[in-house]
Amino acid sequence: MKTSSANSPTRRPAMLTAFAILIFAFVYLPIVVLVAYSFNRDGVGGFPPRHLTLDWYRQLFADSAIWDAVLNSLLVAAGSVALSLTLGLLAALALDRADFPGKQLFRRLVLLPLILPGIITGLSLLMFAVFINTPLSLITVFLGHGTALISVATTELFAGLQKIDRAQEEASLDLGATPWQTFWRVTLPNLKLSLTAAGLLIFTLSMDEIAVTFFLIGRDTTLPLEIWSRLRRGITPEINAISTLIFAVSVALIVVWYKLRTRVTTSELQL
Amino acid sequence: MYSRLYKTLIATPPLLWVALFLLLPYGLMFVHSFWAVENGAIVHHWNLDNYHKLLTTPLYAEVLFRTIRIAASVTALAIFLGFPLAYYISFHAGPRKGLLYQLVIVPLWVSYLVRGYAWKTILGSEGVLNGFLQYFHITSEPISALLYSPFAVVLMLTHIYTPFVFLPIYAALEHIPRPLVEASHDLGANRRTTFFRVILPLSMPGLLAGATFAFVLSLGDFLAPLLVGGPSGTMIANIVQSLFGAAYEWPLGAAVSVCILLITVALLSLTERLEKRWAFK
Repeated sequence: MKTSSANSPTRRPAMLTAFAILIFAFVYLPIVVLVAYSFNRDGVGGFPPRHLTLDWYRQLFADSAIWDAVLNSLLVAAGSVALSLTLGLLAALALDRADFPGKQLFRRLVLLPLILPGIITGLSLLMFAVFINTPLSLITVFLGHGTALISVATTELFAGLQKIDRAQEEASLDLGATPWQTFWRVTLPNLKLSLTAAGLLIFTLSMDEIAVTFFLIGRDTTLPLEIWSRLRRGITPEINAISTLIFAVSVALIVVWYKLRTRVTTSELQL
Repeated sequence: MYSRLYKTLIATPPLLWVALFLLLPYGLMFVHSFWAVENGAIVHHWNLDNYHKLLTTPLYAEVLFRTIRIAASVTALAIFLGFPLAYYISFHAGPRKGLLYQLVIVPLWVSYLVRGYAWKTILGSEGVLNGFLQYFHITSEPISALLYSPFAVVLMLTHIYTPFVFLPIYAALEHIPRPLVEASHDLGANRRTTFFRVILPLSMPGLLAGATFAFVLSLGDFLAPLLVGGPSGTMIANIVQSLFGAAYEWPLGAAVSVCILLITVALLSLTERLEKRWAFK
């Protein structure tokens, strides 16, 4: 049925291809500029970048304030992953298997931080902290991230649960395993991929979070907020250097995630 | 198949947590909007003054309309970029489809702040774009109007939300059964007709989901205006931020937040209904 007339659906439209290339250029332009100027001796700006140097990276590695912030961000992100995965898993299980009054309201409420502007969630949590007389610190930031990101965990894990073959759990229970054993030996292993994907996503989102953190931060600072406060003082290629490193780590995480996913997909195909 | 105990055990912790750490805080925001500040302290004195002030002070309406204008521009531009890209990758990318899809996803993982910062270095009057223009003698003087303007906010937010808009549109396009498209061609429709009569209607739910997401997230953004917007690019969330900050007008700030929240929720339920109606069965 495929002909080569002018209206053939298989002919690649030149205009569309050109437009797609332009859009890719637009999407990648800032990233390319960012990376290029992290090696520019004369600072950010001017054209073209010249006098390549690694000085900004050297300066960055000697900058202890940045690395303290990185450590804080890593702690908060790791805690958030643990908290939101645990509660997200239970929430997804409850939405999948239990009926209780207010289930619809619960579903909407859990997902709300995903779609509401971060400033509203951040300020609500700030009011709550003031209300219960809790001083702001990395703990409040961790509770804020962990709570807001339950939405991401629940969405991912609920989708994962929908794909699981229930017959396996039924068989396990019929064969005399307790619900507890069934959970650890059947349900959880089946969710390994969803848990990994959700964990990586939550980790990245927490490392990058700024709108909620902005209102819950105490004396210690996270990496995005440290960068933010430096931006207000003026721009230096040191920020380009740390941004380039963040970008490299993000890309590495995506590659890991993608590898995991394709490996599981191929093993699923072999079944 | 699951016992009552099992169901109680899985449902109780998330229900309690969500009630304590989400329902209660959002509720506090709501009740604050009916309270007042007297002598620098918040008093639980119930009133509607905050809402009255909102409706009668022209500044708030002005900033809200600017915010809606910016969010609408961002949404329109993100669709203008995201839809053709999704259509191209879904229908015309050939064997490179998977790779190109990944290439759109990668920037999603790149820090919001980092991307905003990159635009700041590009648009500034000493920035990369001005350097480029002068290097090639396209302009002789740096253009200072690029940064710190509503234009810069729209540009930055469009850059951030284009992949978000792309995703649901691409998913919708991928779900269109290809025989439908072939049938349209075989029955004599040209590519244009097929696009407007078959592909576009079937991708509407995805387009709507993406558009809602871009609009709602732009509406509540306060970082882009601070980073690249300048005074003329102030948005409604900046008002909230300043009311909660130095001004110490929490009740008034809470009232503005409640308005943003209501607009968001109304918009979401509206598009949810439309999506259901247009869903492909």
